Amino acid sequence: MTHDRSPSTPADRPPGPETLRGGPGAAKPDPILVVDGLQRRFGGLVAVDVDHLEVQRGSITALIGPNGAGKTTLFNLLTGFDRADHGTWTFDGRPVHGVPAHRLVRSGMVRTFQLTKVLSRMTVLENMRLGAPEQRGEGLLRALVRPLWARQEAEITARAEALLTRFALGRMRDEYAGSLSGGQRKLLEMARALMTSPRMVMLDEPMAGVNPALTQTLLDHVRTLRDEGMTVLFVEHDMDMVRDISDWVVVMAQGRVIAEGPPAVVMSDPAVVDAYLGAHHDAPLTGSLQEDRP
Amino acid sequence: MRVCVRWGVCLLLATLGCLGGASGARAAPDAGELIRVRVSTATGDPVPGATVEVERDGTRIGTGTTRPDGSAELDVPSAGAYQVLLDVDTLPPASAGFRPRMNPIRTTVDEGNARTVAFRLEAGGAGPERSADEGGSTVRVAQLTLQGLRFGLLIALAAVGLSLVFGTTGLTNFAHGELVTFGALVAYYLSIPAAVSLLGVVSFTKPGLPLLVAAPVTLLLSCGFGWLNDAVLWSRLRRRGTGLVAMMIVSIGLAIFLRYTFLYFAGGETLSYPDYATQAGIGLGPVMMRPVDLVSMGLAVTVLVGGGLALIRTRLGTATRAVADNPALAAASGIDVDRVIRSVWTGAAGLAALSGILLGMGQGLNFQMGFQILLLVFAAVTLGGLGTAFGALVGSLVVGLFIELSTLVVPTELKNVGALAVLIVILLVRPQGVLGRAGRIG
Amino acid sequence: MDWSTVLTNAATSLVGLQTIVYALAAVGLNLHFGYTGLLNFGQAAFAAVGAYGLAIVVASAGLPLPVGLAAGLAGSVVLSVLLGLPTLRLRADYLAIATIAAAEILRISARSSTLREFTGGASGINGFTEPFHDLNPLPPGTYGFGPWRYHERDLWVLLVGWTVLAVCCLVVWLLVRSPWGRVLRGIREDEDAARGLGKNVYAYKMQALAIGGVIGTLAGFVYALGQGSVQPDLYGTELTFFAYTVLLLGGVARVLGPVVGAAIFWVVLSLTDTVLRGAVDEGWLTFMSTTQVGQVRFMLVGLALMFLMIFRPQGIFGDPRQIALDAR
Repeated sequence: MTHDRSPSTPADRPPGPETLRGGPGAAKPDPILVVDGLQRRFGGLVAVDVDHLEVQRGSITALIGPNGAGKTTLFNLLTGFDRADHGTWTFDGRPVHGVPAHRLVRSGMVRTFQLTKVLSRMTVLENMRLGAPEQRGEGLLRALVRPLWARQEAEITARAEALLTRFALGRMRDEYAGSLSGGQRKLLEMARALMTSPRMVMLDEPMAGVNPALTQTLLDHVRTLRDEGMTVLFVEHDMDMVRDISDWVVVMAQGRVIAEGPPAVVMSDPAVVDAYLGAHHDAPLTGSLQEDRP
Repeated sequence: MRVCVRWGVCLLLATLGCLGGASGARAAPDAGELIRVRVSTATGDPVPGATVEVERDGTRIGTGTTRPDGSAELDVPSAGAYQVLLDVDTLPPASAGFRPRMNPIRTTVDEGNARTVAFRLEAGGAGPERSADEGGSTVRVAQLTLQGLRFGLLIALAAVGLSLVFGTTGLTNFAHGELVTFGALVAYYLSIPAAVSLLGVVSFTKPGLPLLVAAPVTLLLSCGFGWLNDAVLWSRLRRRGTGLVAMMIVSIGLAIFLRYTFLYFAGGETLSYPDYATQAGIGLGPVMMRPVDLVSMGLAVTVLVGGGLALIRTRLGTATRAVADNPALAAASGIDVDRVIRSVWTGAAGLAALSGILLGMGQGLNFQMGFQILLLVFAAVTLGGLGTAFGALVGSLVVGLFIELSTLVVPTELKNVGALAVLIVILLVRPQGVLGRAGRIG
Repeated sequence: MDWSTVLTNAATSLVGLQTIVYALAAVGLNLHFGYTGLLNFGQAAFAAVGAYGLAIVVASAGLPLPVGLAAGLAGSVVLSVLLGLPTLRLRADYLAIATIAAAEILRISARSSTLREFTGGASGINGFTEPFHDLNPLPPGTYGFGPWRYHERDLWVLLVGWTVLAVCCLVVWLLVRSPWGRVLRGIREDEDAARGLGKNVYAYKMQALAIGGVIGTLAGFVYALGQGSVQPDLYGTELTFFAYTVLLLGGVARVLGPVVGAAIFWVVLSLTDTVLRGAVDEGWLTFMSTTQVGQVRFMLVGLALMFLMIFRPQGIFGDPRQIALDAR
């Protein structure tokens, strides 16, 4: 079911001239995320400078660009992990600029990290349970009285186990997350993000550093997210990956959005080839050491 | 290299072992404080048999008579401000017609640090008796500014080293204060005569070296000690991949171990170097300062400027800055990161030892002197922006000036409290330090 | 050497006042460091706030004991808010430096002659424990068996102390096995990850800092009541770092770790003290004086802290699977 969708015919989107053409700041029929005039500087360096960007609800949008293009910084800004110098953005029609990261999660936008952040000295199941929102037992006083939260805990556990099974981690539930392999960590992080019942999932290089066999599994999971009605925005380096999976591609270079459109169109755009491949052609297409700075 | 390590350890143990033999009676660290008094003629000859008194808030709390070497010791109950008075009627007949330049002298005793007060007799005396505080507030401000600069420069020596270690390794070294104490104590041991016994086989009395000789030797030993610190402990922890928080706690353990080792061998009392301990101050316009303190300031400036130039100009300096900036990138560009860090440790320990010796010349030394200034050094480093050597220097000067000038409004015994409070406030408003820049998050 | 004295001293250390006080301080630190990953280097400040709050209110102001306890607890919460507000958003080592600075500010201020009127300066305050001993239900006399024989006053202190310790351990146990405790552990492992899962990391850190601080304050109460006095130098940085050693000895992030750690810590210190002292008195150790024995003990503490942190960061009794993870 996930494979019968060809990337070149994005679902749920009436093809208008702008969506076909793309171009930076293109309007979408039903955007879930709208960004306006977003800017972030580090000293003299303008890391992100996005005039206008919309993300279509229920689609898979890829954010690509050479190293240092500001993709991760844009991610950090949108998810409340960094503060913008200028700009506004709305999520699902509500302005969310300046909203702290944890509240954005509660309003339905969840993210993963480029370097996986599994909670090593907690079990896989505890990792999952942590993701569940609005837990009664997370209040300090109620935490002391187990009957107040025991039933909800059982429900959470059931949900967690179902997701673990779906992500093929069922057998690992009682292992420490620190003992998982790299690929399993990626899966765990994605599964854990789903525990928050998100409407939009932001994945920062979900396929980076994963072996090819697992990559296909991860891609399938990403497609499933869309098929379940979620919006996916993900950062990726690997152009081939983007071509296969995404409905829409946004290209950044030097902090700006230089192009956007359907994958096939964007990748034949000379400006993209120039900016992206020109800066990237001698670097490996997957993974990135340079962005791992502390 | 292994031979070097063993040699260094032997040297260290021998040094410390001898310290044990040299130390006398032990006092509990918090059993009151001490003021040393020295009375001398204008030419520096000691004046024995003179009576000196110490007062607090107008109440006499102790008296003493100078010994043949012109010195006396007055016990005071606690740190705080005191007034020391020389009874001119008790001056020996030979000193008739001579009067001290300043009498009484107000002084402030810091916790755990003996204060030295010197009366210097001059022909005809200073006319009407005056004290340092009576010269009006401008003079007081000038005097405190000078003292603040001195203290700032001396802690800068420690702060720059701490900052370089932090910059290159990320370690907040709580044992840095002990490097300061190490320098002060080793120089002390070298500068006094002491009985030396090597495993009971050879026994002799080692002569006390002049401080001018003892200090350079100490600096070499301290550099070796810093080298050992890195070679034996920190480089191995880095190789193991020990986390920074864990390393910080290890440094606390090391600090406790070293501090009590110092206490074991040197005892709890405040010591002072035989040389310069009782040198009198000289007037510089309206302000007074002992020549030895002026020389320390000059020395500190020279060393700091020299160090700064070395950081900018030399290959090792450039490599150090590269490692501080980005260790992975530095390693990738062919810099031997471990060697650079080893050099930084060596240099930082030398700087800390110099700081300890100079501080010890000013207000005496004891086993916890380094620990007592450690938090002030942290304040200086934080103020200047963690990990920048130049920032640490500026931060130190600000902290030194702040501490001394704050005594215009707060009681002297609480002057360090002010500096620590400022430290917390800086963390609140500008955690990257006054000179630091906000960096990229995440 | 009198071996029965050696063993008696060790046995009394096992359950003594110091063991209770350091166990309580370490229970608080366990919540901070073990469960939340907060580096509180100022646990001595929280204890001092309790001890001084109690002593000043009861001895100087002449108010009843419960007011003194309330004042200490309120002071503790105020202290954690003051320290936490600026630093909990920042890197871990900023909290460490701020807390150790705060602890030294309190200690230096308390021992200053400027505040002597309130704090008694370097000699501290005494004469505030009678209201506490008036509550003692035990009739005068000697109680106990074997090496553990106490007068009613000492036994009352120990009973109350151990009860407080047991209650604190129970509360910590209830908290850390709840979803609240799970959030703390999430923050310890990776605070960005916890934030990315919708947890208000700042609020949780604040709560953990305050609760652990309050437990440190309880340690201060017990210390003050047990000693019958407060003295500023008992609340130096050593208290904090010995409590860290206790925590590492017993096992980080284990509910009873601090209790086990404190017992080991004080029994070992007692044994080294009496054995070394005995050896010096017997003339077996010629290179050491009895004063130096005390310093040897603290040198051992420093070494223990170093080696535990290097080789057993989870503590002697830590979870082996976690130790395996740490060793990577």
